[in-house]
Amino acid sequence: MAKPSPSPLEQRRPLSPHLQIYKWSPTMTASIAHRFTGAALYAGTLLLAFYLFAAAGDARSFHFASALFSSWLGQLVLLGYTFVLMLHVMGGLRHAIWDAGKGFEPKARDRLSLGSFAGAAVLTALLWIVSFVIR
Amino acid sequence: MVEFTLPKNSVVGAGKTWPKPEGAKRLTEFRIYRWNPDDGANPTIDTYYVDRDDCGPMVLDALLYIKNKIDPTLTMRRSCREGICGSCSMNIDGENTLACTKAIDDVKAPVKINPLPHMPVVKDLVPDLTVFYAQHASIEPWLHTESPEPEKEWLQSPEDRVKLDGLYECILCACCSTSCPSYWWNGERYLGPAALLQACRWLVDSRDEATGERLDFLDDPFRLYRCHTILNCARACPKGLNPAKAIADIKNMLIDRQA
Repeated sequence: MAKPSPSPLEQRRPLSPHLQIYKWSPTMTASIAHRFTGAALYAGTLLLAFYLFAAAGDARSFHFASALFSSWLGQLVLLGYTFVLMLHVMGGLRHAIWDAGKGFEPKARDRLSLGSFAGAAVLTALLWIVSFVIR
Repeated sequence: MVEFTLPKNSVVGAGKTWPKPEGAKRLTEFRIYRWNPDDGANPTIDTYYVDRDDCGPMVLDALLYIKNKIDPTLTMRRSCREGICGSCSMNIDGENTLACTKAIDDVKAPVKINPLPHMPVVKDLVPDLTVFYAQHASIEPWLHTESPEPEKEWLQSPEDRVKLDGLYECILCACCSTSCPSYWWNGERYLGPAALLQACRWLVDSRDEATGERLDFLDDPFRLYRCHTILNCARACPKGLNPAKAIADIKNMLIDRQA
């Protein structure tokens, strides 16, 4: 469709504020969290690859990686990685429910969004408890 | 394209504080977005005080109070003042809604009012909705038929008629589309929740005979699939409709068609 060339006035028109003013909602927060965790998992996968390469190497490389991940900073990073992974899993579940055309009602959609954060926290805690028990 | 910050000419500056009405006992503060195409300046936020004992209960009443008694240059669209024309849609306290159906007391003061987000501003609270309307037109929102015209009307069973509930009530106020971050970033290529809700309305209409062509038009990475279920649309709709659900239904129609 050919558009008439815009007049100078149309070029001068400001863009109304958007992100700067829009009130955050549970669904909006859950959505951006899904995207951020998805991006963060690339970095997490690098950590995993580093660990696997170290394990595939000799005893020295394995101990080096192992010591790195057992340090308090390493543990903190792993804890964060676990939560990010679990939050992304919960986000995937939420999207599967919405893709099936369900859970769009006002209460359901907010519960699904806040629930994915709560669920990720619970799963992370459970995983860490189990990992300490079987160690 | 995703651009989180506002362009240089759109950055909002501090504005004028207008004098309080004399003798008023109950005042409510309003902070309202102003932009005047004639003075070449950036947009500002002006502060007004509304005498609540001299003003109706809704945000639109306050805007008209300001226009009539404080500042006649304040510009907004309004018509029916009862939530059926869709003219006074704007961003109130961070959420898109109709000024005429939003009670002042339901908003924490100061009441912040902006035009619908991420739209070109014509003046003050009036956005340019040209693209929005063009998108609605692009889904061809009218009955398409091939069968010979019936002698009287196209008949529809009560059961089929019920399927249009929750879809036909849209008043095209643009609250949903302009609440959608996906529409903000791809507003020229993504049809947005309002146009897609109407697309769904014609897809499920038992009398319509162009379902295939309608689905062909929507089966596009941008037109339909930029919906990432952020669900701001459903929260914003002042008529309580659910564009997000309608979009999910369209996606499922496309999957069913492949099977």
